[in-house]
Amino acid sequence: MIEVRFHGRGGQGAVTAANILAEAAFLEGKYVQAFPFFGVERRGAPVTAFTRIDNKPIRIKTQIYEPDVVVVLDPSLLDAVDVTAGLKDEGIVIVNTEKSKEEVLEKLKKKPKKLAIVDATTIALEILGLPITNTAILGAVAKATGLVKIESIEEAIKDTFSGELGEKNARAAREAYEKTEVFEL
Amino acid sequence: MEYKPIRKVVSGNYAAAYAALHARVQVVAAYPITPQTSIIEKIAEFIANGEADIQYIPVESEHSAMAACIGASATGARTFTATSAQGLALMHEMLHWAAGARLPIVMVDVNRAMAPPWSVWDDQTDSLSQRDTGWMQFYAENNQEVYDGVLMAYKVAETVNVPAMVVESAFILSHTYDVVEMIPQELVDEFLPPRKPLYSLANFDEPIAVGALATPNDYYEFRYKLAKAHEEAKKVIKEVGKEFGERFGRDYSQMIETGYIDDADFVFMGMGSLMGTVKEAVDLLRKEGYKVGYAKVRWFRPFPKEELVEIAESVKGIAVLDRNFSFGQEGILFTESKGALYNSSAHPLMKNYIVGLGGRDVTVKDIKAIADDMKKVIESGKVDKEVVWYHLKR
Repeated sequence: MIEVRFHGRGGQGAVTAANILAEAAFLEGKYVQAFPFFGVERRGAPVTAFTRIDNKPIRIKTQIYEPDVVVVLDPSLLDAVDVTAGLKDEGIVIVNTEKSKEEVLEKLKKKPKKLAIVDATTIALEILGLPITNTAILGAVAKATGLVKIESIEEAIKDTFSGELGEKNARAAREAYEKTEVFEL
Repeated sequence: MEYKPIRKVVSGNYAAAYAALHARVQVVAAYPITPQTSIIEKIAEFIANGEADIQYIPVESEHSAMAACIGASATGARTFTATSAQGLALMHEMLHWAAGARLPIVMVDVNRAMAPPWSVWDDQTDSLSQRDTGWMQFYAENNQEVYDGVLMAYKVAETVNVPAMVVESAFILSHTYDVVEMIPQELVDEFLPPRKPLYSLANFDEPIAVGALATPNDYYEFRYKLAKAHEEAKKVIKEVGKEFGERFGRDYSQMIETGYIDDADFVFMGMGSLMGTVKEAVDLLRKEGYKVGYAKVRWFRPFPKEELVEIAESVKGIAVLDRNFSFGQEGILFTESKGALYNSSAHPLMKNYIVGLGGRDVTVKDIKAIADDMKKVIESGKVDKEVVWYHLKR
């Protein structure tokens, strides 16, 4: 079972990102579970959301404490939240940032096995006209983890958002997929 | 027609809404409350899209919601509602009316802790506080069981003319997306044909009175009949659960689902979503050599006394996990199960663990720690302490 934790801010769509990742894995025949941190969300406040992916039905009903993958939608969270809390030793961290690998690593409390960075905000602004990075970052997730194919992410996005909105968001994910830099550490 | 499920990734609340849609409910009256709201939002969407022909009645409170459901059900309509916590408490008076009038309404209750202090998180005390209203209660472990539970609840309710509550955990199911196998409409229709009411307020050729006065000469027998209907429901639940399994591959013929029971020293017993985590923990404990099993109580009302006695006869101990509490006594499932066993030949060592109130996470680690504690009880042959507030901060 692979456990993924998303960090975002209320209103950025971290919960939707967790759901789309689950849908994409489901399209590839996997069992999935996606859920928000069970709380009352406020716009701008740090929020977390989770995705579990497995080859068999998922029975466990707890929050995720030791993620395999951490996804950070908002770079400012690196200063506010310990995003690597509980991260497994072989863990992967994916960050939306315009900063360098070194600058990001400096802010992480635990060094991951693999780090992926992409400037998803710029991609989202160019394609969607809004700094909503939840779909773009999923392109980086596909690239860095290989958990799901980028085509599945695109399909899941189009299932979630209809028409032109779906097309644009899928394009943002593809663009991020191509621009993501992955570092083995 | 061959059964080919339609697999979807949906939340527990959407699973409930789809089940209501597939059950072809005719009337929905509901009032929104977190975390139930997305059930009725989804139903409203079905209606707006033209996918469902449902009379939706917006109301000003949960008390009114149940009152409207009672009126609709008394005309013979298949009727649905959903609520949670304080909303369910506000319905309380009307719950007695629905059961007393023998109306097979189905309601989804999203288990949420009672205030104060305010909480929106998982806790079973809201639904268990409605224990004596005459409603049947089914507790779902996962989103699939929410969907299946609603469909079976209609069939059972309409057979014995008793309303049924399908209970799902706040957030842990209501807002968690999971894979659900849905049943094609034609096959749901075969399993659950249109309701055939015994009486109808809308049948003007044969007028009836609903909610009339019963003198001491009559009231007692009305109560006896409702009690008998619950006894009858046990049989119907098993039959319907078996039929569901034969048609759709998921068997619900047992009111208590068990695992690893044959050679277990003790079992974890509980209800609802936390039993999914228990199953995971039991698998791990078995690998570590623990002789442990589980007993998941699916139906709390009617209470599966006979099945519990059978389980209790085969084990040395039962660790009862209650995500609820009755003040001045103990966990509610604990009281119920001890009471059910008192006059039987089975007297296992029983210990009550109060867990996860108000949504505190119940983890695999917690279940393992409880297993270690229960192992000591079995080894010593003595219950050191009947009730433990396991999650208390120390």
